[in-house]
Amino acid sequence: MIKLDAKIPEGPIKDKWTNHKFNMKLVNPANKRKYDIIVVGSGLAGASAAASLGELGYNVKVITFHDSPRRAHSIAAQGGINAAKNYQNDGDSVYRLFYDTVKGGDFRAREANVYRLAEVSNNIIDQCVAQGVPFARDYGGLLDNRSFGGALVSRTFYARGQTGQQLLLGAYSAMNRQIALGKVKVYARREMLDVVLVDGVAKGVVCRNLLNGEIEKYSAHAVVLATGGYANVFFLSTNAMNCNTTAIWRAHKKGAAFANPCYTQIHPTCLPVHGENQSKLTLMSESLRNDGRIWVSKIKGDMRKPNDIPEEERDYYLERKYPTYGNLSPRDISSRAAKEAVDDGRGAQGRDSVYLDFRDAIKRLGQNVIEERYGNLFEMYETITGENPYKIPMQIYPAPHYTMGGLWVDYNLMSSIPGLFVAGEANFSDHGANRLGASALMQGLADGYFVLPFTVSNYLAGDKPTLVKEDHPEFVAVAKSIDDMTNKLLSIKGKRTVDDIHKQLGRLMWNKVGMARNEKGLKEVIGEIAQLREEFWKNVNVVGDAKDVNQCLERAGRLADYLELGELMAVDSLHRNESCGGHFRTEYQTEEGEALRDDENFAYVGAWEYIEAGKWELNKEPLEFENIHLATRSYK
Amino acid sequence: MNVEKLNLTLKIWRQKSINTPGSFVEYKISVSPDSSFLEMLDDLNNDLESKNLEPVAFESDCREGICGTCDLVIQGQPHGPVPKIATCQLHMRNFRDGETIWVEPFRAKAFPIIKDLIVDRTALDKIQQAGGFISVNTGSVPDGNAIPIPKDHAGLSMDAAACIGCGACVAACKNASAMLFVSAKVSQFALLPQGQPERYQRVQAMVKVMDELGFGSCSNTYACEAECPKGISVKNIARMNRDYLMAKVKAE
Ligand SMILES: Cc1cc2nc3c(=O)[nH]c(=O)nc-3n(C[C@H](O)[C@H](O)[C@H](O)COP(=O)(O)OP(=O)(O)OC[C@H]3O[C@@H](n4cnc5c(N)ncnc54)[C@H](O)[C@@H]3O)c2cc1C
Repeated sequence: MIKLDAKIPEGPIKDKWTNHKFNMKLVNPANKRKYDIIVVGSGLAGASAAASLGELGYNVKVITFHDSPRRAHSIAAQGGINAAKNYQNDGDSVYRLFYDTVKGGDFRAREANVYRLAEVSNNIIDQCVAQGVPFARDYGGLLDNRSFGGALVSRTFYARGQTGQQLLLGAYSAMNRQIALGKVKVYARREMLDVVLVDGVAKGVVCRNLLNGEIEKYSAHAVVLATGGYANVFFLSTNAMNCNTTAIWRAHKKGAAFANPCYTQIHPTCLPVHGENQSKLTLMSESLRNDGRIWVSKIKGDMRKPNDIPEEERDYYLERKYPTYGNLSPRDISSRAAKEAVDDGRGAQGRDSVYLDFRDAIKRLGQNVIEERYGNLFEMYETITGENPYKIPMQIYPAPHYTMGGLWVDYNLMSSIPGLFVAGEANFSDHGANRLGASALMQGLADGYFVLPFTVSNYLAGDKPTLVKEDHPEFVAVAKSIDDMTNKLLSIKGKRTVDDIHKQLGRLMWNKVGMARNEKGLKEVIGEIAQLREEFWKNVNVVGDAKDVNQCLERAGRLADYLELGELMAVDSLHRNESCGGHFRTEYQTEEGEALRDDENFAYVGAWEYIEAGKWELNKEPLEFENIHLATRSYK
Repeated sequence: MNVEKLNLTLKIWRQKSINTPGSFVEYKISVSPDSSFLEMLDDLNNDLESKNLEPVAFESDCREGICGTCDLVIQGQPHGPVPKIATCQLHMRNFRDGETIWVEPFRAKAFPIIKDLIVDRTALDKIQQAGGFISVNTGSVPDGNAIPIPKDHAGLSMDAAACIGCGACVAACKNASAMLFVSAKVSQFALLPQGQPERYQRVQAMVKVMDELGFGSCSNTYACEAECPKGISVKNIARMNRDYLMAKVKAE
């Protein structure tokens, strides 16, 4: 049994972080250069952490499988980043952002973490502006905002449709400065394949050099994993092709508890699937819902073209069902509503998709305004589909997008393995059962710029960890186990390709652990995944050599982990006999089809401890809501 | 949605490593016009793997034209025949049934080939490390609205900042010059008040490293702008040249 101590500081919510910062131990400036820290991942969370830790004087090693840190998946975020600046004078505040995030997460997040996130959100914007991030501005030269789902205030900062890119390039530039100063060293094209523990404490990682297949050992006083999310377990998702769960999954198998694996976000506005060989799904930023109206025909099986369907025969179902939030209802609600419409036989021209229509916005504001706001998104749509969205409504459908679950961390972002910190999408910390739009970028940068620099220092100063040599028997043993796994994968020489098996896993996950789940399906799928995993280890064909660039081997290793994680996602879904946010069990819904939480029995974080393949033990961290009253979410 | 498939001949560059010579290898494939170019390569690789043959090594990640990972020369053009998109955004409906398609890696002295279609573009990171930043530490900054920035300046800065660092400009240039890439970063900061304190040092430091890394000089043919997936303007090069001159003047 893992002892889960969230280490939430004492005191009123608004003083917790301030007090904690004061109470944490500091490392003497002259001693900082004696400490090595490994940061795995160079996305928003990893790059911001690496830059900030480097600035403090630590020696930072950044490990990424990308060829350049700038290519981390954060680069693809389009819409924006939230902050409680209240520049629009529309009633925003730290408390409101905190409230919206806890409510948006369907009361399954830890209050203290969320409050801190809201509290530091404003510093993030200041930091990015100072780095030269070219945020959108209004005519007076001040920062502009837009609205995102789940909020009634305009608090989202953006840089055209490329916010993630600009924020990441900001963090990357801060890191480049530290590289030039010799405080950060980047090891690119390295895939971390395991953590190394000595006496239960994290002492380093072992990686495969993707250029030549060499197994490399890296030791440090502390390790940070900022390795992103695992939505690619579905094969088709909005995540980049190479996003994977390997880093956190292997840490999980070494003892780090995995929290809330079943909370998956299915994003409502993605492009529909075009065919069997589809490799990924493209997100259309949620910001489009500021001006686009979502609808389907009122008539089942309506095969007419959208522009031939008269106004009175259109069902603007979000506006109808949720008049207050309308097209800006939170993601989980919007996605399920789209699925309901399609299941009801009212998908766009018989397809698995619904319309996102800008006709009225163009009429109201003019095409040039729409073009200025969303030009690049419209272009992207046309490049992919061959249709002009200024003339023909877009077709969209939900797709797996973000994973709220991740490694369990305490208030200091340390996992249940001492010395192993987890930041960004890879941890479970702030979004509960559903993440609001524009909050992942905020969380990644909050963790990296404003939380880890304090909490990692506190660990170093308090625990005084020692450095282990890279020829330590533990390092050698871990490296050997990786060699063994590689050799095993290469020796199977079966009949099925890696992608073929991954696609099958994806279909299982989408059908039974996707937008709507039920007991029967989950019980079935647990067995089906275990069976597929067995087949993988007997019948996959991994071609190429161990000591060479081998993308087939890379994909196979990642799939091996997904085949285990997928099962845990189903196990977690099955145990959680309630519906909340991104976890919808069809047995638990209100008469109107809304998620029905069971606060009495499930107001806890489900943190799973790995026992052996296919076997886990559940640990519970109870959630207490001292500030925000537990209530049924309503967006009506 | 299209149903008719395209039957194509692919001539793909295969090369085991930097030290071994490469050559074009021919493959036949049948593909849906709705498929993307890289999905077609995925199909090909899946097929090769199922025959126990090594798949074609190529890189891609976001497949939305923003991460800058994908980098193919298709029909002689970086990122293929359709302007203003990255390779991953190229769709097969832009090709005709029966066509032969040539696929090669980006070629430049500063981008050595790693394997097949994968090249090493770390030189671009090194230029950024030389000065592609504003020196501010985490935490010690003023309020985001403390310094208003005219909307059009912010817009121009954003135009430059849109560079995805793919290196197509280098691959397109007959001198393999990185001027468009470098000038985009230099311009992004030169157009903002926050970028002023280090403005002239930055341009000198970045240009110096660019020259050291083996990138050629600007050929003034604008091939870079034409092939840039983000349409980064050569006006940035002019801006950088001005700043570079100014820097020299100031130094004297
Ligand atoms: C299309 C899209 C649009 C989005 N838009 C928004 C938005 O508008 N607003 C918002 O707030 N959020 C948005 N999100 C979510 C947000 O982008 C991500 O949650 C966030 O960027 C994740 O950042 P990260 O730093 O945690 O991880 P990532 O950016 O995913 O970085 C992971 C890093 O870890 C490295 N890595 C992973 N595993 C290993 C390993 N085993 N070995 C070595 N390195 C490894 C990778 O190389 C990479 O550097 C969007 C997401 C998607 C998919």
